[in-house]
Amino acid sequence: MVEQKEKPRKVASMGLVPYEMALGPTWTRFFEGFKEKKILGTKCNTCGRVLVPARPFCPRCFEPMEEWVEVAQEGTIVTWSYVNYTYFGVTPDMIPVIAATIKLDGVDCAMGMSTRIGGFDIKDFDLVTKKVKVGARVKAVWRRKRQGNFRDIDYWKIIE
Amino acid sequence: MAEKYKLIKDLIRLEIEDFTFPKKEYRTGRHDTVLPYNWALGPTWTRFFDGLKEEKIFGTRCKKCNKVLVPARTFCPICYEDMEEWVELPQEGSLETWCLVNYKYYGQVKKPPYIIAQIRLDKADCSLTHFIGGFSLSDPGKVRNKMKTVSRVKAVWSKEKHSDIYDIAYFKPV
Amino acid sequence: MGRAVAVIGTGQTKHGRRDDLSYPDLVRQAVKAVFEDAGITPKDVDGVVYGSMPSMMEGVAYNHFYFADALRVVGKPLLRTETCGSTGQSVAHTAIHWVASGMADVVLAIASEKEHEGDAQATMMTILEPFLLVVIGGAPVAFSLQSREWMGYYHIDDDKAREAASIVSVDSHNGGLANPFAHIRVQLTKEDVSKAPIITYPVRLYDVCPVSDGACAVLFASEEKAKKICKKPAWVKGMGFRGEEYFIGDSNKAVWQSTIEASKEAYKQAGITNPLKELDVAEVYNPFSYQELMFLECLGLCPPGEAPEYVIKGTFSPGGELPCDPSGGVLCTNPIGAAGLIRVAEAALQVTGKAGEHQVEGAKLALSHAMGGAEQFNGITILGSKL
Repeated sequence: MVEQKEKPRKVASMGLVPYEMALGPTWTRFFEGFKEKKILGTKCNTCGRVLVPARPFCPRCFEPMEEWVEVAQEGTIVTWSYVNYTYFGVTPDMIPVIAATIKLDGVDCAMGMSTRIGGFDIKDFDLVTKKVKVGARVKAVWRRKRQGNFRDIDYWKIIE
Repeated sequence: MAEKYKLIKDLIRLEIEDFTFPKKEYRTGRHDTVLPYNWALGPTWTRFFDGLKEEKIFGTRCKKCNKVLVPARTFCPICYEDMEEWVELPQEGSLETWCLVNYKYYGQVKKPPYIIAQIRLDKADCSLTHFIGGFSLSDPGKVRNKMKTVSRVKAVWSKEKHSDIYDIAYFKPV
Repeated sequence: MGRAVAVIGTGQTKHGRRDDLSYPDLVRQAVKAVFEDAGITPKDVDGVVYGSMPSMMEGVAYNHFYFADALRVVGKPLLRTETCGSTGQSVAHTAIHWVASGMADVVLAIASEKEHEGDAQATMMTILEPFLLVVIGGAPVAFSLQSREWMGYYHIDDDKAREAASIVSVDSHNGGLANPFAHIRVQLTKEDVSKAPIITYPVRLYDVCPVSDGACAVLFASEEKAKKICKKPAWVKGMGFRGEEYFIGDSNKAVWQSTIEASKEAYKQAGITNPLKELDVAEVYNPFSYQELMFLECLGLCPPGEAPEYVIKGTFSPGGELPCDPSGGVLCTNPIGAAGLIRVAEAALQVTGKAGEHQVEGAKLALSHAMGGAEQFNGITILGSKL
């Protein structure tokens, strides 16, 4: 009879599942705009709001948003946070990161789309708390080579 | 696959090849999930798998309904009582049902063709899911004829043991 | 609102790092405990509701199938529901609707999570859509962004908010010490909390919930059954739940509409006009200490923008006008899928006088609450000792 020899064990394993997702016509066109250094929003004919990222329909009116608008690339910081820890998939060389939500001029919602603040030594925490404030003005800085995804905007720099 | 795959390559014993999707005409984004897991076996399954490592198959008996279930359980699913009596089961049993798997899908644990079956070990009150093997599976017609004659099977152990269900390599017809 | 419904029993596991049990065994412990508490057997149950975070958290799909035995689902109807962090409240609401509709007399609600079997932050970040809402930082960054938006909107001084958040953390951790089921049971001072390492500024180590394993089960019964079976039922007085838009920038997260509307509905059903005065205890969902400050305002427990003052005054501390999270809350115990249901169980323990060391004296009306998503869902259940 096998006696309980050791404490209950754990079994290490992994999940590795492939997915390929459709972007749909609206987001495809939105990201094509990124290739051309353009930020595109859509306008709702019922409530008149301009939303970024571009949407196929207005989330409040539930009407299709078919009018496309090129929006400004400058805005104000609505909120920000300084990320300083790791988990599986995030390695120490990837942090710190300053995540932010930004309200672009002329847009009726804020954008929390992988927007990061950069353009100065963000490892200096005291400098970060001095420069990054709710209400500060920021401007998009594009990557030189763009592929039509969220990484095309390298970071948002604070304009004094 | 993903960059993250390299982070956990050492955990994988089974070969995972890259996956290609059927071609689509609109724009898509590839989004593979690569995540590490660490499952707790608990005392019952730890002991059950330790038993497999020593080439023993254990079941547990319920005090109330007297059924012996395998793999070993912590509690009886019918009576909801703890199953505390451990029983070493014979390694032979009768074949209840079987199926020849002859197609490929991503993440398969065994390369096809292989036979999955329900085996009722002698003295157990439920059947166990495992493979049938020990003969050529390349011709489905021949496999069907052979399986018609099979009623009793016996466990065949793997040479290398990892304290998991594959320590039993397959059940062979007797 | 349908028929009257009551909680006739609760069961919880000892939450924490449970490497000693397999996931089905963990769930079984909670279910065994609830049957012992209520004094009934599985055959008295008409239906089962189960909820947990998506299967990728623990890497086992359709886990209601994986532990069907432990859930006692054999021969019974099963409903599965999930709304991220507010899963526990959704599970409770589903069970309550089921009994209130008259289609069942006794329903077993169970929720669980075993986060040490996967990497919770990595999973939650990975299973988001990959095109638009890509963030580094896990759940902490989403709620830190929200906290700062709140501080910016109401022009709350950083240091004042920091002090109030530290008080919340200390109070919750003291609650954990008084709760034998809690995961984190440590003694902390305001100093420890304010100077801890930064996770996602302004949130620091002791402002964040732990990664926990745990399960919780609650039995709901109709008025007739409750009066027959249970000596001290905890009656469901009101419920509320609201959802929000997907993109976090689409609405103002400082004036959090889903929380405000959900609580208004729950108070209306319960006949509460002045929640701060009428409630005796509030089990608020507080995975992040800063977030509790926002919830106190959006739940109508204090005027908007003034939560730090009220907290610093001691309104929500033990012995104050409305003690919050005497069980330690989510800051001490967070098996995500179960956290919302644990709030319901704790509220029930309070109004039936069974909360032991962390009992709030004379508690008769308790609020339980949970939030889900990156701020998209809020659910509230109010329990009382009188029908």
